[in-house]
Amino acid sequence: MTTPIEQQVNKAYQYGWETDIESDKAPVGLNEDIIRLISDKKSEPEWLLEWRLKAYRHWLTLEEPDWPNVKYGPIDYQAIHYYAAPKQQKRLDSLDDVDPKLLETFDKLGIPLSEQKRLTGVAVDAVFDSVSVATTFKATLKKAGVIFLPFSEAVQEYPDLVRQYLGTVVPHTDNYFAALNSAVFTDGSFVFIPKGVRCPMELSTYFRINAASTGQFERTLIVAEDGAYVSYLEGCSAPMRDENQLHAAVVELVALDDAQIKYATVQNWYPGDPETGVGGIYNFVTKRGACRGRNSKISWTQVETGSAITWKYPGCILQGDNSIGEFYSVALTNNFQQADTGTKMIHIGKNTRSTIVSKGISAGKGQNTYRGLVKIMKGAENARNYSQCDSMLIGDQCGAHTFPYIDVRNSSAVMEHEASTSKVGEDQIFYCQQRGLSAEDAVSMVVNGFCKQVFKELPMEFAVEAQNLLAINLEGSVG
Amino acid sequence: MLKITNLHASVGGTEILHGVDLAVDAGQVHAIMGPNGSGKSTLAQVMAGHPAYEVTQGSIEFQGEDLLALEPQERAQKGLFMAFQYPVEIRGITNAYFLRSAVNAIRKARGEEEYDTIDFLDVLDEKLEAIGWDDSFLNRAVNEGFSGGEKKRNEILQMAVLEPTLAVLDETDSGLDIDAVRVVAEAVNKFRSPDRSTIVVTHYQRILNYLEPDVVHVLHEGRIVRSGDKALAVELEEKGYDWLRAEVAAG
Repeated sequence: MTTPIEQQVNKAYQYGWETDIESDKAPVGLNEDIIRLISDKKSEPEWLLEWRLKAYRHWLTLEEPDWPNVKYGPIDYQAIHYYAAPKQQKRLDSLDDVDPKLLETFDKLGIPLSEQKRLTGVAVDAVFDSVSVATTFKATLKKAGVIFLPFSEAVQEYPDLVRQYLGTVVPHTDNYFAALNSAVFTDGSFVFIPKGVRCPMELSTYFRINAASTGQFERTLIVAEDGAYVSYLEGCSAPMRDENQLHAAVVELVALDDAQIKYATVQNWYPGDPETGVGGIYNFVTKRGACRGRNSKISWTQVETGSAITWKYPGCILQGDNSIGEFYSVALTNNFQQADTGTKMIHIGKNTRSTIVSKGISAGKGQNTYRGLVKIMKGAENARNYSQCDSMLIGDQCGAHTFPYIDVRNSSAVMEHEASTSKVGEDQIFYCQQRGLSAEDAVSMVVNGFCKQVFKELPMEFAVEAQNLLAINLEGSVG
Repeated sequence: MLKITNLHASVGGTEILHGVDLAVDAGQVHAIMGPNGSGKSTLAQVMAGHPAYEVTQGSIEFQGEDLLALEPQERAQKGLFMAFQYPVEIRGITNAYFLRSAVNAIRKARGEEEYDTIDFLDVLDEKLEAIGWDDSFLNRAVNEGFSGGEKKRNEILQMAVLEPTLAVLDETDSGLDIDAVRVVAEAVNKFRSPDRSTIVVTHYQRILNYLEPDVVHVLHEGRIVRSGDKALAVELEEKGYDWLRAEVAAG
């Protein structure tokens, strides 16, 4: 007999359909010619090609990391298409030139790109496989001095800016997947907020993997100059496929004096088949922000509900005195999903502060690991960190694991760490049911209450979306 | 309103209720008393539909319907309320939000219009005023960090807001000091009406001083062994349950 919780934790993935569109793919496999091909497709300057090749050569010397607390079979890096783009004859000058099938795709995902329907107050860059298909509100942003462009366009229009910052936060030598990304990255977003400018609207990028046997390797770079402010959100989804698809992105943030960057992710990649665990996205991502200036602030908020495997540690390098790093995370693993995620806070400057709030939810056979590093360097006088890691278990076949690493080299540091584990019990669900709520609403209420601290960091519209996503991804999972 | 016939129920394979018969008319207050382990809380849980309890025999008819065929939330939507002996905590969800969700779930199930936030606050204010409590409860997370007494009061507040036709109070008085018992009892009295019934499950007679039950039942080893008026409760208080045990044993 299934319990009320069991019945309600599994709902099907809603974004698993595929767009039937002809695509222009690079031949399968990875070698220097493929990298030259990608660079050529994007009409890149010579320095960028060299940068890619250097990264590729370095990657060849690396081994895939095996320390994360996740299990998966070997990845055949020669079986992946490193470039796929919907066939498009010319460069797009306006939305009218975009293939209606693509517009439809994003409409269906709830990301309307057409002028009349788009979300007010949010500018969207839509990335389909390896290319950006549309960016809204470009003109409005330009007027404010804000640059918000697909990465490949930014390389054409602002090569010096890109060159100045690219790879300065996550160098190509950082790790295996960052090296791979540096070699083959295709598109992503570039954001530049000049001195003293408060970005007038939320910026958002939506990533969609569509083509089969392709990887998505996007690169995002956000720079906020002195006193600038920006809030950025990324979302993602993919069709259901029996193969595992690789998503290895790199995100770099740079905040100068008094600048603030808020970066939020609502990740909903296809998690694999709920019954067998077959398929799903491998989400191996490197995200890091550098608080280079005094009083700068970077906040990461992530809601990770999808992917077969998640491996990511959005972190902050707190270099400027008085700089602040924040990490708010909800990670859900249901059915056969595995997540090894957390953050790194590196305190270098004086009076630097960091806050970590991590909420891990495991259901079904899901395995959820928090892994975090807080490092206080020698010169970081009066650094402070507050960490809170809470795990919630739904059912009795899932697992929650916590690996906090703390490395303090300055005795003036103040560190606080709290951790808790709780279980969504039949009693909690029954209590809500006795008050008239369905079991489904009850689980969703309990889980949302658990995640509240993180959701309140999201922009309003996205907080609602995150709650709904969580409810959908929880359907049917407890045992 | 409620008719329980030959109810047998077990938990984890052990039968706790061995044939309970009980009939409650609209507007009545019934007290169910009995020593520890007699099956009082099991009876309450079975009425509410807790999944851990299995009904092996017998029936419960509630307002002409087969109660046992309904899901717990359907029973609530049809007007059955249970005040929990051990109310559950829900982190991060305010009482006000929880109450509104519950009221709206019930209204929706009945085809009534759901309350918006503003309307609901008016409804809440009215209830709080009627039972003489302030609104400090509302913005705290459901039962989180509540004292034992506050949790029980919160159950009564929920009852007041949800306006059930049958309320089952499962040892709401246990763990409360004498003043708190009176406050809770007065709140229950305020909501008495000719079309509402209450079943008070309790160990002690003291709450009955304020509640004036129409009928008092004694549950012993999974059966109702005696029913009477308020005097029965007084007698039990004086003589203890041992007296009754001896009498039952003697047949």
